[in-house]
This record gives sequence, structure tokens and C-alpha cells, in this order.
Amino acid sequence: MLRVEGVSAGYGSFQALFDVALAVEAGEAVAVIGPNGAGKTSLLRVVSKLIEPRTGTIDFDGHDLAGLGADEVTALGMAHVPEHRRLFAGLTVEENLRMGAFLPAARKQFSTRLEHVYELFPRLAERRDQIAGTLSGGEQQMCAIGRGLMSGPKLLLLDEPSAGLAPVIVQQVFDMVQRIRSEGFTVLIVEQNIQQVLRVVDRAYLLEVGRIKASGAASELLASDDIRRAYIGL
Amino acid sequence: MGRLANLIGLVALLAVPMLGVSDYVLHLGITILIWGFVYTAWSLMGRFGLVSLGHGAFLGIGAYTVTMLWNHAGISPWLGIPVAVALAVLVAVLIGYPCFRFRITGHYFALVTLALGEIVLMLIVALRDWTGGSLGVTPASALSADVSFSLVALQVSSKGVFFYVAVGLWLLGLWVWKRVDSSMARYALEAANEQEDAAASVGVDVTRTKLTITVLSAALTALGGIAYGQYQLYINPETVSGIAKSLEIVFAVIAGGMYVRLGPTFGAAFTLLLAEGLRVAFGHDVHGLDGTIYGLMLVIFIIFMPEGILGRLARLWETRRAPTSPRTASA
Amino acid sequence: MIDIFLLEAILNGILLGGVLALLALGLNIVFGVIDVVWICYAELIMFGMYGNYVLHKDLGWPLLLAFAVCVVVVAVLGVLLHWLVIRPVLGGAPINQLLVTGGVLTFMQALATLVFGIEFRNLGISMPSLELGEIFLSQSRIWACGVSLVAVALLWLFLKKTYLGTAIRAISQDREIMPLMGVKPGRIYLITSAIGGGLAGLAACLLVLQYDVHPAIGLTFGPITFMVCVMGGLGNLLGGFLAAFIFAQFIQVGGFYFELEWGYVFAFCFFIAMMFWRPQGLLGKRA
Repeated sequence: MLRVEGVSAGYGSFQALFDVALAVEAGEAVAVIGPNGAGKTSLLRVVSKLIEPRTGTIDFDGHDLAGLGADEVTALGMAHVPEHRRLFAGLTVEENLRMGAFLPAARKQFSTRLEHVYELFPRLAERRDQIAGTLSGGEQQMCAIGRGLMSGPKLLLLDEPSAGLAPVIVQQVFDMVQRIRSEGFTVLIVEQNIQQVLRVVDRAYLLEVGRIKASGAASELLASDDIRRAYIGL
Repeated sequence: MGRLANLIGLVALLAVPMLGVSDYVLHLGITILIWGFVYTAWSLMGRFGLVSLGHGAFLGIGAYTVTMLWNHAGISPWLGIPVAVALAVLVAVLIGYPCFRFRITGHYFALVTLALGEIVLMLIVALRDWTGGSLGVTPASALSADVSFSLVALQVSSKGVFFYVAVGLWLLGLWVWKRVDSSMARYALEAANEQEDAAASVGVDVTRTKLTITVLSAALTALGGIAYGQYQLYINPETVSGIAKSLEIVFAVIAGGMYVRLGPTFGAAFTLLLAEGLRVAFGHDVHGLDGTIYGLMLVIFIIFMPEGILGRLARLWETRRAPTSPRTASA
Repeated sequence: MIDIFLLEAILNGILLGGVLALLALGLNIVFGVIDVVWICYAELIMFGMYGNYVLHKDLGWPLLLAFAVCVVVVAVLGVLLHWLVIRPVLGGAPINQLLVTGGVLTFMQALATLVFGIEFRNLGISMPSLELGEIFLSQSRIWACGVSLVAVALLWLFLKKTYLGTAIRAISQDREIMPLMGVKPGRIYLITSAIGGGLAGLAACLLVLQYDVHPAIGLTFGPITFMVCVMGGLGNLLGGFLAAFIFAQFIQVGGFYFELEWGYVFAFCFFIAMMFWRPQGLLGKRA
């Protein structure tokens, strides 16, 4: 589904990623874990082409993404739920979801998908006419994920969905991710909350200062002493 | 070397009226110097990102206050000038203080000042019983066939004399520019322009620094308006106020370059000579031709050369002299 | 008992408010989406007014056809303005984006002087006044206000009910992630510029029935349009709508008690006072 090879990227004179390679197969859920500032967000931004990689190739669903803009990548079937959720704060929940279905192909499916998102997140259905900026943090995350799902993506990118949320809500967010997985979506998720995310994905990569340091099945990484010591603090 | 060149330039400038040049040439010189002075005053603010579209207001306040006091109360411009400048400063503070306090910047600042310029324009027109409205007004003349100079009325018929007044004003503008440059205010303002919060956090009183610059700029602009009125001995609302005048200032300054000291003066010379050149080339006034070219050039300048003609030349000169220097003109 | 002439002034203020609302709307939507103030907005309207004059008066086209063509032509002008002038400076200092349209203002005004001279021109259409008891209201003003309100309502529906309209409202809130919705911001900018131009064209058709056109006409109602937008909160369409009616009352009622210029002076002073009291606009939230 997604194949990233030899990707380096950065902003100005700052280099965020060095020769990164990773792959996501259809139906899989894969996590990229690592500490703050490891380059996780940059990695997702390169994959969805919000920033252009300096070297390397990205192949998505049989398409080489070289030279494509983020809007074209979205049209190919990738949905990127950005860091900090980035809802359109002044629009209602339903209008945010409608923006997720902006692509002509998605518009035709708008009502069925809307129903589906409301089934997945009943709270959103209750608040459909509420201004998105006034939602609670957890609800905003639901809305952001829902907006991503509205395009009917083949691959869903989630950037730190648990960031900035209260512990109880964090639990709910990972339940959401679990539910989305069970719907059969392919997911690439970036997280700092390593212990939680490793319970809901199949495989994971460890990213440290812009380089992939380790990878493997989620259960292996969860059991690895190094990772436990360094990141989970047990 | 720079100092010597400046001195030679100044002596050459001061010698112009003694060379027996025609009144027409002197007229061009005076006009360039007065407007160069006004544009320099505008740039004091403009180059720090305080783009005012209301400087016509200060021109108008200056010119009309002095003329009204003289015509209706017989008060000599010697007294009228401080009153007019004080009035301009008062207005600048009334508008500037809340603007800077509430961090009204960029578009919003431009539009607030635009409103100010319109208020002054409308007031001049509305007070037509005193100001003559849009027809304009002539300061009561103290000159006659025998009297070529009146100290009380500050009127003079000799262009040569007025030329020296204009040079003095112009030098005043450049001197203020230099003082602003060498004082801390410049760093403070540049920092504020880039990152207001950052500047505030290192102890720069942003509001106060901006206000100082604004007050200076307004006072000098008012002086420029007064000088224009006393020179032309005729003012009307369109020539000293309103959005069209303000845009004219912006155009000249951008054409000349607002980041180098002589840029605004260069802009004044450039726009005036362009207009005169067109008039000569066509043998008569073609209404709108100069404006068409100005407008087009302003667009082209901003897109391709935002640092202005003199700014660009200065940068080329610097990079030629010191090819390793990484400094570039801020745009 | 309220003065009948004051009542007439108030009613005229409401009629003017409708037109101002339309004027402000075009400018506002462009600012909201592209984050650029078209200082030359009123000059686009002037162009449209001359267009009507040429098509109807010189070439003898039927009035409504001339109107329709002018709306389209000014819409195209809006697109060209964006493509040729705004787009190249979009990445630059924000103030350059404002000043560059100032260049266009000077250019268009001077070009009109060059082509048409400085005399005032009108279509020579005079509609009878409407008599309500002792109050006389100009029919062209009533038409202008009515058409403006219909146009505002249609635009509101478009913004509220369509995908494109939603995107236009969304883009001002988060420009950077629009591509993640599959939206090309550049395309939205062009569409918005066409809408802004189209509204200017429509305003031209309504104004040419009431006012003579001359090269400097943009300077007479350009500033007031900016004030309305800023007071409403630039980019805030509803705020602009309200502000239009408030300003119109200032001008008409102020002009009724004093002279027309005083109405403007009061309106501008009120504007500056409002900027200090509510810098975020009438309906904006304090940041």
C-alpha cells in the first residue's frame, strides 16, 4: 500500500529525516513511535506531500508520489489527520465533515459515509450543528478522524491523536483507533504514547532524531527491554 | 570618503541658484526637495512596517492650519507653524497610541490611517465657508510689485530664496532619519516589525518607540505641507489630502526605495521628472498618462523590485564592493 | 411626532445600507479567503460603470444585456487582478499585497481619465420617485437595495449549502491543511476573485442608475467600503452586513442634520473609535 524508501527531508537548513524507509501493507495498522522531536510529524507530512522530500521515493497504491501536491495525493486515496486536529474551528461539525468529502468522487458517497461516521462516533451526530471550535478535545479528535474518513481513504494517517488530551480521553481515542481498524481501514499512526499505541497496531517503527532505529511486531517492541526502559519508564 | 562626497554634493546643491539657472529648473528643484522631505518623513514609519495611507491628513493639517490662521485671524505663520505642528502631533498621538497599544498593524493600520486621511479631506471640504472647500484657498498675499519678501507672512517671490528654505527642510529630514538610525529606536523597531512579542520580551517598549517615530513623521509631514502651501501660495484638498495623495507618496517611496536614506528623495525626483518628461514629450498635458504609467510601474516595482531603484542600486554596489558580504536589502 | 424629513433620511439610509452591504461583501469575501485587501475594489466598480455607459449609451445595447455583460467582464477582471498582480506577491510582505493593488487603483483611475476624460457621464435614465405619503424615495435606490439584498442572500446560500462555498469559508480558518481535503487553494482563490469581481460588477450596474460616472468616483465610495468591511471584521460577512447599515445611517442622518460631508466625517470618526473599542470588528471575538 505504502512504500517509503531512502527519504530525507527538512525545513530550510534543518534536516528532520535521514534516509527513512518504511512500508505499510493493505489492511495493516502500523505505528511510528519515538520521542518528541524525533521527526514523526515531518514523516507524515512528507508522506502526504505537505512537504517535498529532498531525496528518496514514496510509492502509494502503485503511484509514485514524486511531483504530486498534497491535494493530488489526497485524491489518490490518502487521508491525513494532522497534528493538533486542525478542525475548521468556525464551521459546524457537519460542515467539517463535508469538507472531508470535498473531492468529487467522495461527494457522491456523502450521505452514506456521513451516516457511517455518525455510527462510529455517536457523539458527533448529537453535535452535528455545533461549532467545531467549541467541542471538547476528545470530540474534536473524533471530528478530525471523521473528517479524514469522509473521503473513503485507502490509507489513513493519524498524527498524535492522543496529544493534549486527558488520560481518560486518551483511552477513548485508542478505542476509536481500534474501531477504525476493525472496519478494515489501513492505518499509519504516529504516537508518543508508546505503550497505548503498541496495543492497537500490528507493527511499529522506532524513530529517533530522524532515523529509524528499530522495527518489528508491536508485541515484540512492547516486550523489548530497551524500549520499555527508554520510553515507557518501567 | 563618504563625508567628503556628501559635502561636495551639498555645496553643489547650494550653488545651484547662483548659477543663473532658469526659474523652471529652480521650481523643479524646490518641488523635488519639498516632496523629498515629505517622502522621507513618511518613510521614517514606512520602513518599519508602519504603512500609513493617511499622511495626507498631516499635510492638510499643516498647510490649512497655517493658512487659516493667517487669512482669518491674521496670525503670522511664525506662530501658525508651531500650532500646526502641535496639532499634527496631537492627531498622530490620538490615532497612533491606541493603534500601537491594541497592536493594530498591517492592513488594519493602513485602513485606520486611510480613514484619518479621509476625515481631514472631508473636514476641509465641509468647512468650505472658511477653507474654500474643494476649490482651494490662497493665503492672503503680503507680496506686491514692490514687496518681494514678507517676513511676517513668510512669503517670498524669489524662487532662489525659497530654494534654500527647501534645502534646509530636506536636510532636516535626512538628519532626523540619521538620528533615528543611530539611536536604539531603529533596532527596537526592526525587532518589533519582525516579531513584536519577542521585542517586547527583551524589554523594548514597542508602543512608545512606534509612537515616537509616528510623532516625528507626522510633525515633519506637517512642516512639508506648510512649506508646500507657502511656496505655491495655493492649496486645495486634493493636493494635500485624501487617498490619492497618500498613494502618490507610497508610489514615490517605493519607486525610490524606502530603506536607503536618499531613496525617498530619489523617488520624488523620479516621479516629478517622469511627469515633466511626459509633458514635454507630448508637448502638452495628457490627462491621466502619468498616472497610468505610475500605476503600472508601482505594480511592477512591488512585484519585481520591492526595494526600489536606489535600494537596488545600493545593493548592487555593495555586493560589487564586498562580494562575500551576505547582507541583502530587506524587502 | 418624528420629523418627516428625518424619517426620509432614515429610510434612505436603509436603502444605502443595502448597497453598501453589497459593496462590502465583495471586498470582504476576497479578504476572508485570500487575505488581501483590494484597495482598487472601487475602481473595478468604476470600470463596470463605464462599461455600462459604453454598451448602453454608445453602442445602444439593451440595458439588461449591458448589465449582464458588465457583471461577467468585471468578474473576469477580478480573476486577472488576482492572476497577474496578487499571485506574484502572495508570498511576500503582506503590506506589499495591499500596496500593489494601490498601483492598480492609480492605473485604472488614470486610464479612465485617459480614455473618457474627466467629465461626468450618466446613462440618462431617470426613474420616477416613489411617493409614500409625504416621503419621496428614489426608485433606483429601492431597486438597488432590493437587488443587493437578493444577491447577498444568494451568495449566503451558496456559501452555506455548497461544497465550494464551504471550502471558501473554511480556507480562511486553516489555509495550510486545505490540500489535505483535496482542495487546491489556488483554484479557490481564482473562484473567489471571480465572485468578488462579479459583485463589483453588479454593484456597478446598481450605482450607474443613481450616480454619474467619472474617473475619481472610486475615491468617493472606496474608503467607505473599506471602513464597512473593517468595522464588520474583515472577512466576517455578517459583521460587514450589519456595519453597512450602521454606516449608512451615519451618512444619511448626519448629512440630514448637517451637510453630506459631515455625515462622512462622523462615520469615519465612528469607525476609528470602533477600531479602538472593538479592533476585532463588530462581531469578532477578542483574541
